[in-house]
Amino acid sequence: MSDIRCRNLCKTFHQGGETITALDQVSLDIGEGAFVCLSGPSGSGKTTLLNALGGLDTPDSGTIAIGEQRLEHLSRRQRADLRLHHIGFVFQAYNLITVLSARENVEFIMQVQGVPAKEREKLATGVLAEVGLAGLEERRPAELSGGQQQRVAVARAIATRPALVLADEPTANLDSRSAARLMDLFVTLNRERGVTFVISTHDARVMGYARRLIGMRDGRIVSDQEQQPHAMAI
Amino acid sequence: MRYPFATISTLAWRNLWRNSRRTLIMLAAIAVGVWAMIFMAALMRGMTDQMVRNGLQTLPGEVQVHQRDYRADPSVVNSMAPPSRGLLAALLEPPVTAWAGRVRVPAVISSERGSRSVTLLGVDPAAELILGSLPEKIVAGRALDAPADRGVVIGASLARRLETGLGKRVVLMSQDTDNNVVDRGVRVVGIYHARLQGNEDRFVYAGRAAVQGLLGIGDAISEIAITGDDYRRVQHWYPRIARAAGDEFETLPWTELDPFLGSMLAVQDGFTLVFMVVVFLALSFGLVNTLVMAVFERVREIGLMQALGMRPGLILGQIMLESFYLLGLGLLVGNVLAVATLKPLATGIDISAVAQGMEMMGMGAILYPALHIQDMLMSTAVVIVLGLLASLAPAWRASRLDPVAALTRD
Repeated sequence: MSDIRCRNLCKTFHQGGETITALDQVSLDIGEGAFVCLSGPSGSGKTTLLNALGGLDTPDSGTIAIGEQRLEHLSRRQRADLRLHHIGFVFQAYNLITVLSARENVEFIMQVQGVPAKEREKLATGVLAEVGLAGLEERRPAELSGGQQQRVAVARAIATRPALVLADEPTANLDSRSAARLMDLFVTLNRERGVTFVISTHDARVMGYARRLIGMRDGRIVSDQEQQPHAMAI
Repeated sequence: MRYPFATISTLAWRNLWRNSRRTLIMLAAIAVGVWAMIFMAALMRGMTDQMVRNGLQTLPGEVQVHQRDYRADPSVVNSMAPPSRGLLAALLEPPVTAWAGRVRVPAVISSERGSRSVTLLGVDPAAELILGSLPEKIVAGRALDAPADRGVVIGASLARRLETGLGKRVVLMSQDTDNNVVDRGVRVVGIYHARLQGNEDRFVYAGRAAVQGLLGIGDAISEIAITGDDYRRVQHWYPRIARAAGDEFETLPWTELDPFLGSMLAVQDGFTLVFMVVVFLALSFGLVNTLVMAVFERVREIGLMQALGMRPGLILGQIMLESFYLLGLGLLVGNVLAVATLKPLATGIDISAVAQGMEMMGMGAILYPALHIQDMLMSTAVVIVLGLLASLAPAWRASRLDPVAALTRD
């Protein structure tokens, strides 16, 4: 895994006879180890861009390259493999598999990857402790708070040491304290492990953590600036 | 592959119990369906078994050796010599369990009141007893005691028609090898009751030596009837008897001696399979509905799994495994139920209320359900194969979900 390069991405949706432009000629380069926030109001195209970067959605035109891999050349199965081995996802909600415990949710990707049981368990226990969930490993999602669930999702996203984590409004359902803890965790992982983070948000406090802030509106990039993180705001 | 299988296996099992009430209802439906398949197959198999066994008793034997023209003209002209030394050696080898040489000719039996055309059987009572071809129940008098016994044993129904009875004299009339009419007055020493009333009217039993004397054929016989350990396996051993008997004789298994009887097994296997398929087709609608609902309820979760990198094949495998577990559990319960309900019926079900009608099909008054392992295997194969086929559509749809649309579904 290496840099992300997007060129002239376009994506439109049709809804109730109306055509909505979600991405409009978006071109973007994100270097390895970056900590990027995509900001903008609802409908600005943040989530569509994240989904396209993760190979979940296919743009109508334009190209995306992650390292040497051109996403538009990959089959459905190859894109699934790319996500499995190189990309961690954190969504706004409905992040966990309800019939699995916190530990099993974290182990899920590793199990699909074929990591042996002992190694999986060790990694999962370690990463759950890292996100502050030691002792809650065997709880099912229904027995965890929203913040705890989100931290399980983060643990799952980072357990396999992906080069890239895509997070879509990760703090939207969290109280301020939980959100701050989560963002601190992202910053630590970015700094200590060099994980690239691309986070979509419209929460100004989350934007304060980013070293690069990309503003979007109506499917276009309207601003792109480097900044000094001023995270303590949350 | 081992680890992904463990993943989808765990997910499939736990998802099965996500809505336990729905799963239990579907499980009950499959179990009852499987029970019905096996129970009905056992009843049908029992009926067929009984029809074949009764048929073999009438034939008699699972294999017969005759003169080549005997079946076209079953008269005394086409009688044969007793078995040669080579044939005798073959008849003493397993799986042959019994054999008997018998005289079997068309004859007329007359009393003072009437006469009937019958089949006169000259038998060796001891050999026929082992062969199982003697009348089942002597209701008056005695059975024949030796090949030289000079009495006759007739059926109760024939006795009624001839208005004769035990101890009375009747006249037996047939033809000798020169086509001359031969007759002899004999005494009725026994009256038998057969499971099939038609047999009571048809067969008259006499000592073999006495009949040979009447017909003037020395020690010649009409046929050799042979039985083995399992009528279904006759094809395996009858060629050996045919070789020992030689080309001058016709050696045929029961399936060719009575083609109608011979086709029964294949017909019954076909009926059983069709019945099982029909029962399961009805069940499969419920199964598909259950899976469609199960997939519909967790569209977001399936989208999440895809987003995390689970290949479509594993999603498909997970839903198929879920179906497999449901079918497997249903099969287990259904099979246990079937064995539990059939075991107490092993001593037979009294169907005497409809016995006369059933007799026309070659059955008796007691039906013995026959639980065969092959029927349990057939029902298992039908349930698993059709069940998984029916599950393919919802599983395929789940594996083809668009992850973005699935994750954002309300």
